[in-house]
Amino acid sequence: MNLADMRSLRELEAEAIHVIRESAGAFLRPILMFSIGKDSMVLLHLAAKAFAPGPIPFPLLHIDTTWKFKEMIAFRDRIAREYGVDLIVHTNQDGLDQGINPIVSGASIHTNIMKTIALKQALDHHRIDVAIGGARRDEEKSRAKERIFSFRSVGHGWDPRGQRPELWGHYNTRLQEGESMRAFPLSNWTELDIWSYIQLENIEVVPLYFSKARPVVRRSGTWIMVDDDRLPLEPNEVPELRSVRFRTLGCYPLSGAIESQAGTVAEILEEMLASRFSERQGRLIDGVGSSSMEAKKREGYF
Amino acid sequence: MTNPQIGPKGHEPRLRVLTCGSVDDGKSTLIGRLLYDCDQVAEDILESAREHSPSGALGPGGLDFSYLLDGLSAEREQGITIDVAYRSCVVLGRTCQIADCPGHAQYTRNMATAASNCDVAIVLIDARTGLLEQTRRHVRICSMMGITRLAVAINKMDLVDWSESKFAAIEIAFRDFAKEFAFHSLNVIPVSAPFGVNLVNRAPELGWYHGPTLAEWLSAVEVSHKDQAQVRLAIQWVSRAPDGTRAYAGPLISGCLHQGQEILIGPTAYPARITRLYRSAEVVERAEAGDAIAISLDRQVDLSRGDWIYTKEQIADFSNQIAADIIWFSDQALAAGRSFWLKGQGAWIQGSVTRIRHKICLDTGQKIAADSLSINDIGLCNLITTQPILCDPYIEGRSCGSFLIVDAVSHATVGVGLIRNALRRAANITPVTAAVDTQTRALRYGQQPRVIWLTGLSGAGKSTIAKLTEQVLWAQGRATALLDGDNLRSGLCQDLGFTEADRVENVRRTAEAAKLMADAGLIVICALISPFARDREMARSIVGPDRFVEVFIDTTIEVCADRDPKGLYAKARQGLIPNFTGVSAPYEAPISPDLRIATYDTSAEAGAQIICDFIQAGG
Ligand SMILES: Nc1nc2c(ncn2[C@@H]2O[C@H](COP(=O)(O)OP(=O)(O)O)[C@@H](O)[C@H]2O)c(=O)[nH]1
Repeated sequence: MNLADMRSLRELEAEAIHVIRESAGAFLRPILMFSIGKDSMVLLHLAAKAFAPGPIPFPLLHIDTTWKFKEMIAFRDRIAREYGVDLIVHTNQDGLDQGINPIVSGASIHTNIMKTIALKQALDHHRIDVAIGGARRDEEKSRAKERIFSFRSVGHGWDPRGQRPELWGHYNTRLQEGESMRAFPLSNWTELDIWSYIQLENIEVVPLYFSKARPVVRRSGTWIMVDDDRLPLEPNEVPELRSVRFRTLGCYPLSGAIESQAGTVAEILEEMLASRFSERQGRLIDGVGSSSMEAKKREGYF
Repeated sequence: MTNPQIGPKGHEPRLRVLTCGSVDDGKSTLIGRLLYDCDQVAEDILESAREHSPSGALGPGGLDFSYLLDGLSAEREQGITIDVAYRSCVVLGRTCQIADCPGHAQYTRNMATAASNCDVAIVLIDARTGLLEQTRRHVRICSMMGITRLAVAINKMDLVDWSESKFAAIEIAFRDFAKEFAFHSLNVIPVSAPFGVNLVNRAPELGWYHGPTLAEWLSAVEVSHKDQAQVRLAIQWVSRAPDGTRAYAGPLISGCLHQGQEILIGPTAYPARITRLYRSAEVVERAEAGDAIAISLDRQVDLSRGDWIYTKEQIADFSNQIAADIIWFSDQALAAGRSFWLKGQGAWIQGSVTRIRHKICLDTGQKIAADSLSINDIGLCNLITTQPILCDPYIEGRSCGSFLIVDAVSHATVGVGLIRNALRRAANITPVTAAVDTQTRALRYGQQPRVIWLTGLSGAGKSTIAKLTEQVLWAQGRATALLDGDNLRSGLCQDLGFTEADRVENVRRTAEAAKLMADAGLIVICALISPFARDREMARSIVGPDRFVEVFIDTTIEVCADRDPKGLYAKARQGLIPNFTGVSAPYEAPISPDLRIATYDTSAEAGAQIICDFIQAGG
């Protein structure tokens, strides 16, 4: 089977390309928020298609919390080179100087300062008027109501009631000074669509998505990988080698792995057939309360 | 256990389903239960929904199915769904994207928004109450928005003892009401949402019903993707290949294109031929409706973002006068005259409503005379635009026949338009270009025409400064004219009062008069309170932004009231003058005027000099 036969994926692809082109056409300083994960890779692949035979007309932005998996960083730099796009990497230096990190400061504070605030810093510094992201509506309940072009007031605020209605694929992209948009071309994709598309289009993703024996410890009901020696171990904790993979990727001390034997995209798709859990269960930050994602969003996390 | 998210999908496009019903008809419960019965809910989500469910919930394990849906805390607090939510669900092998659309009376806007992107609709009716005004409104909106296939779910059958006669009575009433819409297909299905009856599974209580279950209907309903022959490609982006060739990219909204095809570029109708056709980066022979494509052409053409590609077989009509149904979203009523930005798939175009022909009663469908549209009103309007707009009728293609209406100042989407027809072809109204053109006039008078627009509170000093400015310019040998608000009101505008609509019209007429004078080569000075930013914005667009100079005569209300040369503030404070700016009507000060003159620390003479210097300097 190829894309021409997969009508529903082809439709999703066309919609995403439309949104990406609109982001480039209607704004002055677009950027693609590149988190290095599978959704970002699909986004980048779609951007390359959207502007062919020309180049991708905007840079990638990566917010580096300094706690990403080592493998992610190496992968990021190589991919940016291969796609011929500019890569902007930003770290919240203030946060680093204050000694913020996921272990001592805790997940919420770390995420807020090193991700949310860092992102705002970068967007403000480069005066970005549209930031293209890979968020999907199926990821979380509060996302189900998110717009494709999500309006942010001065200071990046997200007001669920102040969002602009989207009809017929027409987008009101007009902004005043200091206001901005987040654009989500993958809004209507599901996790399964993402993996099916990765398979059909042969898109390369970080190997952390595939199972391999990795050194892990058991915490809060999930497997945390010991990616470097910054992860303090409890007295009785001994890293063990287990065949694990990740469904979502972020800062390594906050990303839970699942035990799995899936070593290829086809095997991942097969495993998904059997899974009874949503992909966010591995994300430690969510457990805080069922409205926590929405609160994050108001603060500008996405 | 089958997999929760996957199904044999892929060979057909998603079915986009709208759900609508009044508050508490059980819509959220129905969707939640449908997801659950289709085995589409992951364990962890189920767990968390159970935790949050109120005690005494009807579902298995104390689950309230509506908790699988309501995402935002704001709406949980209020217990209503406040916006459109989308989710995917594989129903008996068909991928559906379900739009959850609010039932609250005020939310016509959300309903229309959701309907605009849907193929079919499920309408919920509470078996105990039958057809409500809300139901009729929703169905009318569905029909207007172009949805022609409907399932009507008569819910809460458990609460009417699964009564066949109750069901039959509602079905008859509904079919009778729905006759006027001529839906292509209409199924009426008895269900009970929390017990999951007739969603996926049947139950003996409803043994008398032999029609399809809701899931069966969803999996089988046909969507006529009317194979519209008309080619419509909206250009979004022009990319340049490394070899310098250009490719014009955009969505092929309808029709088919192939390599070598002769096309026309709209609105100019300039011809060209396709030399190369890309579909998502691949060079292909042929592309069809729905594809994201790019084309290269055989000649150098003037083609940019916002233009259209069509073919001579299906000529596209462009006009700057159209009739459209407008659905109004904003708290601030729509009155004729104000100008807005319009955005469909083409370029951003400025336009305004010239006349509201009637509004439509959503309950009965009657036409009602109206001179404004309030929030959630729908009405047929005439519009004019500053540039020709593509006029495909909405019923022939939703996305080419519609546009957003965007406020010129706040940039909020304040309404949408569904095009009925062109009122006049653009081709027939090529404006008469005066043989004596602007350049010739500028030479004769030795000046560039300008419209100097003085805005400010009553008593701020507008008239005084306007007069002095004209004297100075006149002394410099300029050809000038003075339009003073007070004087205009005794002539050109004598039929107008001080209501908001009248103020808009007052500004519009003054701006039009000023424009004619500027066209004749004069420097025109207008002194007008013009309290609303968007009206001044309208004046700027009527006159043309290049020659419009906004001057803010900035004086505090206290100073104005102190001066009170005409004794008006005193009267207004006694309540003798309604709608008096600054006292009982708002004044929106310009945020970034071209010039600002603070009369409390500048004399009127100095103020006039500042304006003249600005003009002298070519501003
Ligand atoms: N007995 C019974 N109760 C129902 C049925 N459908 C919904 N309800 C209840 O009606 C109330 C409103 O349902 P909800 O789904 O929130 O309505 P919505 O406002 O249309 O989304 C809730 O208390 C539901 O449990 C039904 O078929 N039978």
